[in-house]
Amino acid sequence: MTRPKVLKYAMIPSLFVLVMLAGLSGPSRAHADSPRVVEISAKRFEFTPNQVVLKKGETVILRLTSQDVTHGFFLRPLKIDAIIEPGKPTDVTVTPETAGSFTTICDHFCGVNHGNMKMTIVVE
Amino acid sequence: MKKDFDRRSFMKIAGTSLGIGVLYSAFPAAAAGGETGEMFSFLGKQSGEKVAPFSFVQLSDAHVGFNGPPDPLGTKAFERAVEMINQLPRRPDLVLFTGDLTHDSEDHDVHSQRMKQFMEISKRMNVPVIKHVPGEHDAGLDGGALYRDFLGETYYSFDHRGVHFIGLDNVSRAKPEVGAEQLAWLKNDLSGFHKSAPIVVFTHRPLFDLKPEWEWFTSDGDDVMNALAPYENVTVLYGHIHRDDEHEVGHVHHYAARSLIFAFPDPEKVADKKPNPFDKDHPFKNLGIRLVHEGVGGKPKMNTVTVEDVELTAREFSGINGIQQILKTPNF
Repeated sequence: MTRPKVLKYAMIPSLFVLVMLAGLSGPSRAHADSPRVVEISAKRFEFTPNQVVLKKGETVILRLTSQDVTHGFFLRPLKIDAIIEPGKPTDVTVTPETAGSFTTICDHFCGVNHGNMKMTIVVE
Repeated sequence: MKKDFDRRSFMKIAGTSLGIGVLYSAFPAAAAGGETGEMFSFLGKQSGEKVAPFSFVQLSDAHVGFNGPPDPLGTKAFERAVEMINQLPRRPDLVLFTGDLTHDSEDHDVHSQRMKQFMEISKRMNVPVIKHVPGEHDAGLDGGALYRDFLGETYYSFDHRGVHFIGLDNVSRAKPEVGAEQLAWLKNDLSGFHKSAPIVVFTHRPLFDLKPEWEWFTSDGDDVMNALAPYENVTVLYGHIHRDDEHEVGHVHHYAARSLIFAFPDPEKVADKKPNPFDKDHPFKNLGIRLVHEGVGGKPKMNTVTVEDVELTAREFSGINGIQQILKTPNF
């Protein structure tokens, strides 16, 4: 009987800390402050998805991963020029300021159909 | 001796595109005498060569080994180009090949065989000097290792009859860039030249933003052009875009050669990057050579730049249009 009481009392400070942490960085607040994450996967010779829609003025994180070899991710109008290495996710933070439909290309030569590896970023 | 001269007098770009490359004539203006002539004489003496007008050809994008649509002819246009060069009334001093000599393969042996085939066809050219730079299909997958095995360094410079030629590699780092090391080399290479020195840069990708979403650019091309900016007589020749193009950035003229395999359309007129469809009646349509002469009518004129494009057709070869002519002709 004694042992559970000890455990219970010992847990009180920990619970307090957890509650405090939750209060400081709870899900709703984190959701409000953190940029939206858009995951984009690359493999020869395509991006998945091949189109993403962003909102003008909204900061988002493009989380880029490669399933095979090193790829590039290049879009001059949004000043994106990233390398995507396999096994090493690359985060690119963007805040598009201009609406439009933009072709994004792999600019790291990845094989015979490299020239056709592209996707579209739509900014509304 | 450092003397200025009119930069426009350096090179006459008068052209006749015969469908397969570009022939340029450098008119060093030595015959004109005065400061211009002195400058070229000085540069010529530096390189140990006689200063005289000369012609050279630019070829690009043969893609030896390519066997997919839209072009079913393989190396036929390249071979036709070689034949035409050998028939030119005045033999060119040089051929500059601006990349994509071969089509890439992940199989080293296959790619090596394609490079051998390229070399075999090239050797048929009755031209004293042939210089190359790689395209991404030659050097993008292996960092230029195979290319170097066959052709040596991917960037370098040389002098010919008073003109300084610089070959730049904007492909073998896999991304469209020359990189810091090559840029430092370029600045050092240029440092010994007067601002009036005639310079021809040849490379694969355009050094300016021609169509970035089609990968028609070099990401640090501005750095290259800034390094060249103090020099008044710079001409840039490139390939990659499979169509002829002329562009002026500042006082630098950029010229693209047509390809020897298939053509791309005008990016201002179409949305997607797709090759032009093969035309069996005009199999060499939009494949090209640009012959460039000094002055008009064969007489060198100062300060004259004239470009004339003439598309190669099969008709001139045997009087029969199209692919049937090629199939029926023994040498083809």
